[in-house]
Amino acid sequence: MFGKLSLSAIPLSQPIPLITSGVVILIVIGVLSLVTIKGWWPYLWREWITSVDHKRIGVMYCLLGVLMLIRGFADAIMMRTQQAMAINAPGYLPPEHYDQIFTAHGTIMILFGAMPLVLGFMNFLVPLQLGVRDVAFPTFNSVGFWLTASGALLVNLSLFIGEFARTGWLPYPPLSEATYTPGVGVDYYLWAVQISGVGTLITGINVVTTVLKMRCRGMSYLRMPVFCWTALASCLLIVAAFPVLTATLAMLTLDRYVGWHYFTNTAGGNPMMFVNLVWAWGHPEVYILVLPAFGIYSEIFSTFSGKPLFGYRSMVVATMFICVVSMMVWLHHFFTMGAGAAVNTFFGISSSIIAVGTGVKIYNWIFTMYGGRVRFETPMLWSMGFIFTFIIGGLTGVLLAVPPADFLTHNSMFLVAHFHNVIIGGVVFAIFAGLEFWFPKAFGFRLHEGWGKAAFWFAFIGFWVTFTPLYVLGLLGMTRRLQHINVPEWRPWLYVSVIGVGILILGVITQVMQLVVSIRDRERLRDVTGDPWDGRSLEWATPSPPPFFNFAVMPNVEGEEAYWGIKLRAVESQQLSPEPQYEPIEMPVNSPVGFYTAFFASVFGFSMIWHIWWLAAVALVAAFAGFVGFAWRDVHEFEVPAEEVARVDRARRAAREALLERLSRQEALP
Amino acid sequence: MRLLKSAFACYAYRNVCLSVICLGVASCSGGVLDPAGPVGAGDATILIDATVVMLIIIVPTICLAFWIAWRYRASNTWAEYLPYWSYSGRVEAVVWSIPILTIMFIGGLIWIGSFKLDPFRRLPANSAALEVQVISLDWKWLFVYPQQGIATVNELVMPAGTPVHFSITSASVFNVFFVPRLGSMIYAMPGMVSQLSLQADHPGRLWGTSAQFSGDGFSDMQFQVRSVSATDFSAWVAQAKSAGPVLDKAAYAGLMRQSQRVPPSTYRAIDPQLFQAVATQKIPPGPGPKPPNPRHAGREVSTGGKD
Repeated sequence: MFGKLSLSAIPLSQPIPLITSGVVILIVIGVLSLVTIKGWWPYLWREWITSVDHKRIGVMYCLLGVLMLIRGFADAIMMRTQQAMAINAPGYLPPEHYDQIFTAHGTIMILFGAMPLVLGFMNFLVPLQLGVRDVAFPTFNSVGFWLTASGALLVNLSLFIGEFARTGWLPYPPLSEATYTPGVGVDYYLWAVQISGVGTLITGINVVTTVLKMRCRGMSYLRMPVFCWTALASCLLIVAAFPVLTATLAMLTLDRYVGWHYFTNTAGGNPMMFVNLVWAWGHPEVYILVLPAFGIYSEIFSTFSGKPLFGYRSMVVATMFICVVSMMVWLHHFFTMGAGAAVNTFFGISSSIIAVGTGVKIYNWIFTMYGGRVRFETPMLWSMGFIFTFIIGGLTGVLLAVPPADFLTHNSMFLVAHFHNVIIGGVVFAIFAGLEFWFPKAFGFRLHEGWGKAAFWFAFIGFWVTFTPLYVLGLLGMTRRLQHINVPEWRPWLYVSVIGVGILILGVITQVMQLVVSIRDRERLRDVTGDPWDGRSLEWATPSPPPFFNFAVMPNVEGEEAYWGIKLRAVESQQLSPEPQYEPIEMPVNSPVGFYTAFFASVFGFSMIWHIWWLAAVALVAAFAGFVGFAWRDVHEFEVPAEEVARVDRARRAAREALLERLSRQEALP
Repeated sequence: MRLLKSAFACYAYRNVCLSVICLGVASCSGGVLDPAGPVGAGDATILIDATVVMLIIIVPTICLAFWIAWRYRASNTWAEYLPYWSYSGRVEAVVWSIPILTIMFIGGLIWIGSFKLDPFRRLPANSAALEVQVISLDWKWLFVYPQQGIATVNELVMPAGTPVHFSITSASVFNVFFVPRLGSMIYAMPGMVSQLSLQADHPGRLWGTSAQFSGDGFSDMQFQVRSVSATDFSAWVAQAKSAGPVLDKAAYAGLMRQSQRVPPSTYRAIDPQLFQAVATQKIPPGPGPKPPNPRHAGREVSTGGKD
């Protein structure tokens, strides 16, 4: 009846997961009861859960991402403390638990932390920056988000019920085959990643279509903000690479479930094929994350320097160059498999060539500041921290792309330090810079400056104190994923790294405090103008938060930096553009289909993991029925009356009048 | 509370076991930048050269970034403001050529280095290389000396100054054969044979490890490496041949079972076809963990640290 599932799946004998599960369950029950008591369900259902508004979905993606970053960070704390305590000692985490933790850390940080945040930014920003009212497929978008959330749910469920994979975040066979890992851990991994992978692919398709087909009038390709270019490049990579992941994991699933032999040791299977295939996805995945991050930095450098981005066309070329070349470098993850000198040479050179693209970008950001008036507000601090951190991460990355150097550092702590250097320094810093920068746009008030700056300094210093020792340890010969350490000489470095984690904890606390303080002081921090940073692209033309239809009248773009042009014209002519003729707007109706499908997808994944075949069949049919039912709906859109549009837009214009007055006074000052 | 106590008691027991067995590995450590042989020295030279070349570029770049950011800070009223300056052909030419030239140089380094230090390439030497066949097992290393007809577990003895040619395979999951101070690591893969040539210049104690996670017992997948003089090596071979068990089918079947922290030992005789039989999987790969215990639904029986 319940497959492999029984009460013994709950880890009663393991205090750490048990207590954690208890606390998490209490928090979830607490939140749910609060929502019920306060009667917020109808609001949540109507405005968020069933919403197809790209801004709401973007915000939900970011919320999911931030929660998962915290979960992944908790894993990181355990890993660093375990290694520091387990020097010639067993530490407090036995291998069967420790191995789950580093696997969960990698999986969660990349696929359920960084990915949702990056997708959230793309969802929120691309339509606003392109001057359109929604993404190409709004309901599909909601399905994508909820499927990602479903994957995250399954990963976290493995903490309470059963176990998570003990194979590392990319489950290399033969270790991940049923012979060597018979538990449900790898199955949790497979189904969670498969379900969320579908969600990611949906967002990829959506953003590509939106950028290619839905720009507002005058928004030619070479007038798009660089963030839109990077989002396009990133989503092209999603569309190209995620099907590879889906197919690879499907083959591993068939191996595990029905005893096929794609990657097994015997019967003609070849585990090396998995390694090739998974990195054919895995390396583009890195650029899927970091390209939008580059887009975020581009917007911030330009805005806070009060100048257009230097070398816009170079930037576009470099972005698309990275997009293409990133599909041709995957083998650098396993130079040490003995592919031969010629193959290693090809992939070594193609990998380091990517550094040309990133190098050009770095110089362009530096020259964006040249001749500017650089304001060191929090987003700019993160960006400067990024320049420093990422250049050094780039150096160690090129080192790892040199095969003989990689023969010494492959799979070492040096590698661990390198990819944290580029992913934290590149992607996570961008995420915090971006959250700081666009928070007022999403919620209508700024985040507290002081707490934000404190959070940056803790994160920046904490990062270097944590990861510099790991570089050293790698050069001392320490490999990754050690549950205990047999070389006492490594002790001092492991201790310093724990101190770094302590500083990072302060960073997380200040970041949370910043949010709490800002919500408390929201009236004082309110952004009435809709343009709190003196922005340059179209999202700043809308009020904060933007109305659900984004633009009362579709903008007409007449050059690069669309909103900057509008602002200049207004200041020069000392008046806003004349009030347009307001017309009714058609907007897509809310739909529960995303939530419904994801609910049954979760049930399906869970029952596949536990071999509850009948429930899996029921859930699959139910999830599919949701789509079919949705296809039969009659009403797709509703009409926003012209009076409503006019009311919202007149309020915006009033705020803009005030802004114009202020800007004109500033202009007059020097 | 009782659960907690028993858990801690269990850890304390393991603590004692661990400290005894780890002493061997712990007594010798050294990094990849302290090479003990020509391959390690070659790898390390390339690592350092590439770092220096890139530092020449990136240190000025970082300085430039912070200098420009500081000079054009908003509060600095005497810095010029160029609100429309966003293109300069000359600057563009420079910012493209700096990374391109650097990468061309690094590309040359990659090209030459990849061929010169290809792990499969044999080392030039006056005397013929010593052959060692390496089989990674869950979770120990088996070293077979076909020319001498002996084998060792978790201990590699090699004559100093003589190249050693390793043929490497795995009897279960992926591992990476790595002796940090000797240089180049390479994967041990089931059904495949990797090759690697290494040499230790002087007698001494080194250590080796697996550099690819291979399951719960991975943390102890380390082995001692003793580089000894040629005469000591012959003496050691003679001694190994005189005592110890024979590595036959039954003994190998025992080795295939999952175990960890296996103390070093030698076999006085071997089946000469053993390595071929493992690499071609005539002997099927290791069986993995014991069948799951029904009392732990979905959770594997612990295979790590409790044997």
